[in-house]
Amino acid sequence: MSLMNTPDAQSSLLSIDNIYLLIGFIVMFLVVKTLQDKAHPKRLTTALFWFLFGSVFIFGDASIALIGERNTYLWIGINVVIIALLAGMNMVSMGNYEMPCERAKTEDANRFGNKLFVPAVLIPIVTVICTIILSEIQLGDFYLFDQEHVTLSALTLACTIALLVSWKITKGSPLQALSESRRLVDSIGWAAILPQMLAMLGGVFIVANTGTAIQDLVTLFISPDNRFMLVVLYCVGMALFTMIMGNAFAAFPVMTAGIALPFLIQGHGADPAPLVAIGMYSGYCGTLMTPMAANFNIVPAALLDLKDKYQVIKVQIPTAITLLVINIFLMYGVVF
Amino acid sequence: MTELNLLPLLGIAVIVIGFALRFNPLLVVTSAGLVTGFAVGIDFVDLIATFGEKFMNSRQLASFLLILPVIAILERYGLQQRAKAWVAGIKGATTSRILSMYFVVRECSAALGLINLAGQAQTVRPLLAPMAIGAAANQYGDLPQDVKDMIGAHAAACDNIAVFFGEDIFIAFGAVLLMDAFLKENGIAGIEPLHIGLWAIPTAIAALIVHLFRLARFEAKIRAEIARCQQQQSEEEQTPSNTNSALKEESL
Repeated sequence: MSLMNTPDAQSSLLSIDNIYLLIGFIVMFLVVKTLQDKAHPKRLTTALFWFLFGSVFIFGDASIALIGERNTYLWIGINVVIIALLAGMNMVSMGNYEMPCERAKTEDANRFGNKLFVPAVLIPIVTVICTIILSEIQLGDFYLFDQEHVTLSALTLACTIALLVSWKITKGSPLQALSESRRLVDSIGWAAILPQMLAMLGGVFIVANTGTAIQDLVTLFISPDNRFMLVVLYCVGMALFTMIMGNAFAAFPVMTAGIALPFLIQGHGADPAPLVAIGMYSGYCGTLMTPMAANFNIVPAALLDLKDKYQVIKVQIPTAITLLVINIFLMYGVVF
Repeated sequence: MTELNLLPLLGIAVIVIGFALRFNPLLVVTSAGLVTGFAVGIDFVDLIATFGEKFMNSRQLASFLLILPVIAILERYGLQQRAKAWVAGIKGATTSRILSMYFVVRECSAALGLINLAGQAQTVRPLLAPMAIGAAANQYGDLPQDVKDMIGAHAAACDNIAVFFGEDIFIAFGAVLLMDAFLKENGIAGIEPLHIGLWAIPTAIAALIVHLFRLARFEAKIRAEIARCQQQQSEEEQTPSNTNSALKEESL
């Protein structure tokens, strides 16, 4: 569309570096709020946990420029280990939050009606529209969006717009919104960092050639020329690994590095986007069938006072297995 | 066989055992990284630097934090209460129709990123399960406990399945960002989270069709289960060995 076909990551308003800075400021704001929460049961350790996380975003890029890559990676690595220890020793918790009572919120809900959904729904809609249509907008020499991270730039813009629209609707300012978000971030807690930790582990697996080891193991059992069996192995493997661990996110780097990447993507030229999307969903089929995913499968049975605590799983199994079979054929049909 | 080097797989064993024993996942994942590094003989300082490098390179995974202020302010002004009012207002004469309506709306809203709008504790326990059970009671009279349990379990399953297969369409969801980061880390360029989200749609639609099909047949299953319970009950009443209840009836 544009005449200049040389996208430069540095010259964009919503560049990925600026987005990381923004995330860093949000996290640091929450750290300050946590420190101000005097009645917080684990005030200092929770604040430290988020500070170590936020500093990667605020100081990361500047640190590389100042003290070099090696030193920067070292202190971030130390941060990661301390973050894991704080979470592992159960030193991160919820604090206290001012929240209006149920009745006041119900009154607000009735007052605003379905308008309350508008800002939330705007986020995905604006993101998709911007990604597809507006991604190449230029202001002078500047791109509006980072050409290498179009979706994230669009998401940032969408969230800003949604925040302003909610301000207009509810009269709750963006600053108040930031304060309120501490409740959500704390309720997610350490789980907020799990995907990033798993991505990191995936990176360590690359360095350690774990994928090659799985590859060697797999070739003992299955011929790498058999596309269909490889697809079956990836999908069923995702489901089984997820059932053992109770978490599809954790199964993903292992199975994808071991099977999808070497055999399907590099070996048979499979299309990566549908491959990983359907692979992850195969993992979700496993989540539906395992008591290890207690939050989803065991806790509801307790909430509902069911005699058989596995009854929710039993109800989910037919749908899960049907979808796993569909996923296998769908993957085989679309990725090659 | 001797050529097979299984040492790099030690970390996977740590993950499996650590998750199975329910240690904190962050601790398990970090330990798995350490064990993997040691097993293949990476120098400790290099390993920590590798942690830092890989962690820093996957920062895009934190971008979901940008959404939370919006959701937080909307919740402050009654977003969840509004959703509850909507669930309570579902019109439907039959159990399967109520569950189907909920399923469709829940999956679509999850696809738009509204994952915590409803949930097992927020909506299933207080609203959906009682409503689904109530609709069946209206139709068939008093329900045996087994039937109530079956309907409750289906309500919980509806929520899980709808969210799971809807959420991966939303581009800023953790799973999508994790896949995106994984591909970038492995040198596969040119894939945006949007592509991954789009490829989640076929399975999402399949989940919708499969589960709605099952719910459509659920009414018949409720009737069969009620009949089975009634038969079981009448058999118990007819057995002569059940003298206790007979005595009770006489004394009344």
